[in-house]
Amino acid sequence: MTWTLGLAALAVLLALPAVLSGYAVTIFVLIFFYAFLAQAWNIVGGYAGQLSVGHAAFVGVGGYTAALLLDRGVTPWLGMFVGAALAAVLGGVIGYLGFRFGLRGFYLVLLTVAFAEVCRILASNIDAVGGAVGLYITFTGNPRQFQFQDQRAYYYLALALMLLGTGVVALIERRRFGIYLTAIREDEAACEALGVPTLKYKMLAMVVSAFLTGLGGTFYAFYLFSLQPSTVFGIPLSVEIIIRAIIGGAGTLLGPILGSFILTPLGEVSRAYFSQSGLHGAHLIVYGVLLITVVLFLPQGAYPYLRRLFGR
Amino acid sequence: MAVGLTLIFGVMRVVNFAHGDMMVWGMYLAFVLSTRVGVDPYVSFVVCAAALFALGVAVQRGLVDRILAAPHEMQILLMLGVALVLENTALLAFGPEPARVRSPLARLTWEVGPLYVDVARLVTFGLAIVLTLALSLFLFHTEHGRLIRAAADNPYGAMVIGADVRRVYATAFGIGAACVGAAGALVSPILPFQPPTGLSLSVTSFNIVIIGGMGSLLGAFVGGLLVSVAESLGAVFLRPSLKELFSFSLLILILLLRPAGLFGKRAP
Repeated sequence: MTWTLGLAALAVLLALPAVLSGYAVTIFVLIFFYAFLAQAWNIVGGYAGQLSVGHAAFVGVGGYTAALLLDRGVTPWLGMFVGAALAAVLGGVIGYLGFRFGLRGFYLVLLTVAFAEVCRILASNIDAVGGAVGLYITFTGNPRQFQFQDQRAYYYLALALMLLGTGVVALIERRRFGIYLTAIREDEAACEALGVPTLKYKMLAMVVSAFLTGLGGTFYAFYLFSLQPSTVFGIPLSVEIIIRAIIGGAGTLLGPILGSFILTPLGEVSRAYFSQSGLHGAHLIVYGVLLITVVLFLPQGAYPYLRRLFGR
Repeated sequence: MAVGLTLIFGVMRVVNFAHGDMMVWGMYLAFVLSTRVGVDPYVSFVVCAAALFALGVAVQRGLVDRILAAPHEMQILLMLGVALVLENTALLAFGPEPARVRSPLARLTWEVGPLYVDVARLVTFGLAIVLTLALSLFLFHTEHGRLIRAAADNPYGAMVIGADVRRVYATAFGIGAACVGAAGALVSPILPFQPPTGLSLSVTSFNIVIIGGMGSLLGAFVGGLLVSVAESLGAVFLRPSLKELFSFSLLILILLLRPAGLFGKRAP
């Protein structure tokens, strides 16, 4: 039943670009992309319950690495993995420091924010990586350079990323690794008492999450053709990622996807609609209200609620 | 400003991500009062404090009260939602252009020997000290202040001796917000501001509070001095745009080595 539904949804998504307009394709690209980032965050923030508000750092490291390597003639198809590996190293450092010193809750939030901010300040002060202006990628339309004339290529790439992220999470969820992570979230002291190496598993979760987010950074760079320190390393991007996972349902397989399907179109449409009348920021008010509502009334997120509603 | 945050965190262990945005609202209130009504910000800060007190009590009663028992993470997320709403309502109401309040005081300087002292900064600094002193008097020498500290140490115990803990929380949150509102109005002639300023203000005040020590008023004050000295030194010896690097590096070090902060008593 679940399998047939999933396959049907996949078939619809594969066929959609044939009938959609250019603008709708753009929105779907963003939906898939943010769903992928939220899914990557979900591993450490949802399953393991370690709240990170610094995931933008991994997007930035991934994107910058791939863009800088392209200048030296390395194709982004390779560069994206180098960027992801570097992001994973950064994730390892942050994870080791944070978890080794036993930071939790608010203190971990601050540590991750501080690392992302340090990255932002460094990137905007080192002229070799573009400084405050950032990096611009010249459009060549060459697929070998991760650039495409056709929007639909980005559509399928973003879809592939989302499926990859979901696949990884599904794998983790079914293995001992995933069960350990959930157990750590629910009661870390008990886990340790039972002999679960919590530090190892939390680090692993952070590294996998950072690696995936770093892959996303390359997509971000070559979809927008520009990287600015304040946007790719900034706190607002981290918040955009987290908010989707939380509203959809953190620690569930389909929550981040649902969250992105709810929030991304809402954000894009209200952004386009309100900006015309000169009102900025209206979509963020909507995000804020939704976040407050979810925290107060559906602390587990929308997906578990819908699941119960339809009794599946 | 950090004094307000340390009060809110110290008492309720609620992390207020909306802190900087509340301060920005205090600034805009001072701005509106000075442009429309013609009240100087050094007078209107009392009004701003009162207005923010009301906002703080409303947020506490309406939202935070409902999830005090929930995990810490949920409170962080809740305040993040409040921050998003506050920041972007300011953006809708006042637009993205930077604003600055004009005050005749801000143009005066005194010459003290070889130094030029900015009168506006001096007044702001003086009022900040007075407010901190008044707050510590209130916390340590009045009945209500003792109740607030009691509720911070042991909410259950405070309930047993008959304190209305929810009411104490609401007052504490309100006072915290009022400090922020007053601080906002007081720095509005010195610091140009726009709605996104709120986020960086929140982050700066977290730095100050963590470095100084959670729940310690003295720590908040010393932390504030330390962060600004570190940033100014960084700006003088390296590039001005690198100055924040110092406070963040300091923050990471303190978080790892002494998470209770320089003056904090309890470990997290």
